[in-house]
Amino acid sequence: MDLPDAEALCEELARKLRAGVTDSTGLVGIRTGGAWLAERLHRELKLSTPMGALDISFYRDDFDAAGLHHQVKPSQIPFDVNGRHIVVIDDVLYTGRTVRAAMNELFDYGRPGKIELAALVDRGERQLPIAAQYVGATLSVPAGKLLRLARDERGKFFLRLSDAKPAA
Amino acid sequence: MRNPQLNGDGTLQHLLTIEGLPREVLVHILDTAASFIGVTKREVKKVPLLRGKSVFNLFFEASTRTRTTFEIAAKRLSADVINLNIVVSSSTKGETLLDTVDNLSAMYADMFVVRHSSSGAAHLIANHVASHVHVINAGDGRHAHPTQGLLDIYTIRHYKKDFTRLSVAIVGDVLHSRVARSLIHALTTLGTPDVRVIGPRTLLPTGVEQLGVSVHHDMREGLAGCDVVVMLRLQNERMKGPLLPSAQEFFKSYGLTPQKLALAKPDAIVMHPGPMNRGVEIDSSVADGPHSVILPQVTFGIAVRMAVMSILAGN
Repeated sequence: MDLPDAEALCEELARKLRAGVTDSTGLVGIRTGGAWLAERLHRELKLSTPMGALDISFYRDDFDAAGLHHQVKPSQIPFDVNGRHIVVIDDVLYTGRTVRAAMNELFDYGRPGKIELAALVDRGERQLPIAAQYVGATLSVPAGKLLRLARDERGKFFLRLSDAKPAA
Repeated sequence: MRNPQLNGDGTLQHLLTIEGLPREVLVHILDTAASFIGVTKREVKKVPLLRGKSVFNLFFEASTRTRTTFEIAAKRLSADVINLNIVVSSSTKGETLLDTVDNLSAMYADMFVVRHSSSGAAHLIANHVASHVHVINAGDGRHAHPTQGLLDIYTIRHYKKDFTRLSVAIVGDVLHSRVARSLIHALTTLGTPDVRVIGPRTLLPTGVEQLGVSVHHDMREGLAGCDVVVMLRLQNERMKGPLLPSAQEFFKSYGLTPQKLALAKPDAIVMHPGPMNRGVEIDSSVADGPHSVILPQVTFGIAVRMAVMSILAGN
């Protein structure tokens, strides 16, 4: 299937976010794709609050079935979350389970004032009552396919579609 | 022969010994531990990974540090922790080890952390429990103490980054030390080119060279130019027969003093698994000095044990 240009979607997302953020907004990317995206958006939006990154491996709801992800990286939230406006950023919004895990983790850092969600692509098929406030594009992707953000060696974004690993 | 602590797909089912574990498994544990370090600095120092799981600390031998850090680790993973101090419990009434384990399994144990004075106790339990139950060896006799070995290499990696250029000296009572054995296996698996053991002939096991270490009986020779000095505790309670003239004599030859430490590299780190015998294997001015990373070792031990528990529980 034809995939949209991720660079163009990123510009679109930056344009939409610009209206919704202030200098004290904390952008938090979900590793790995969401963190790359947050890095880029943070630069484009010129926010002075440093960006954060979450690795939600310790908060996944499929730990019993899938075990621990093989390359866990530390989460980094370099600002006080208490009372802050936070925008969680992910590359692809799908079931909503990753976002739930990210929100659970954020609350272990404190009590955010407001959490919003930005995604480059919303592929629908939610399994939880979660919606994004900022979306680059909505896209219908066949179940069983994995859609994620990738980067070439020059740091240029593109979307990649692959077969999802069958559940172990 | 199949490694009894690995599943069919090569993932960890139990942690019984570092011996025979592939490099990738060790690195995965260290990397995961690094991610847990940050958790302990947050407002809520817990993650929900082991929510609803029961971890039984089975300590048939006295321990403060190891038992406490295992308990903290399990609690930070949201597990329920039950501590059994069996030295003063069922075994004194005559119950066998496996009967104790069966009874605790009937209370829905998901994980056993076992410390025992007999080598192989954790192995025995691992071979006995149901397939969903995980066993961690927290020290068995003179055999192994894998989480201590792991926290030691975590500490070394934290301060020295790269193992492939390091000289590590392990000093003292290697004969009785399960810590030394686990550390030597970990260091060689990670490609440390120069591992030395230093001690009197009576406290070095025969054939220790076969583990891939060089043997020294003189501190001056053994410490020269090394990056890491690991001091071992003189284990009075395990000594049988006259292996040593006296503790004072031992300190004179093998106790780590500032003068002896000066032979190592200027940025050398000093480690000790605890509990320390000040004035026997280590001088107070070294234990409390700028080269000492003995207390960070304890803190890292929590993250390392969280990593081991969460990897096992997920496999």
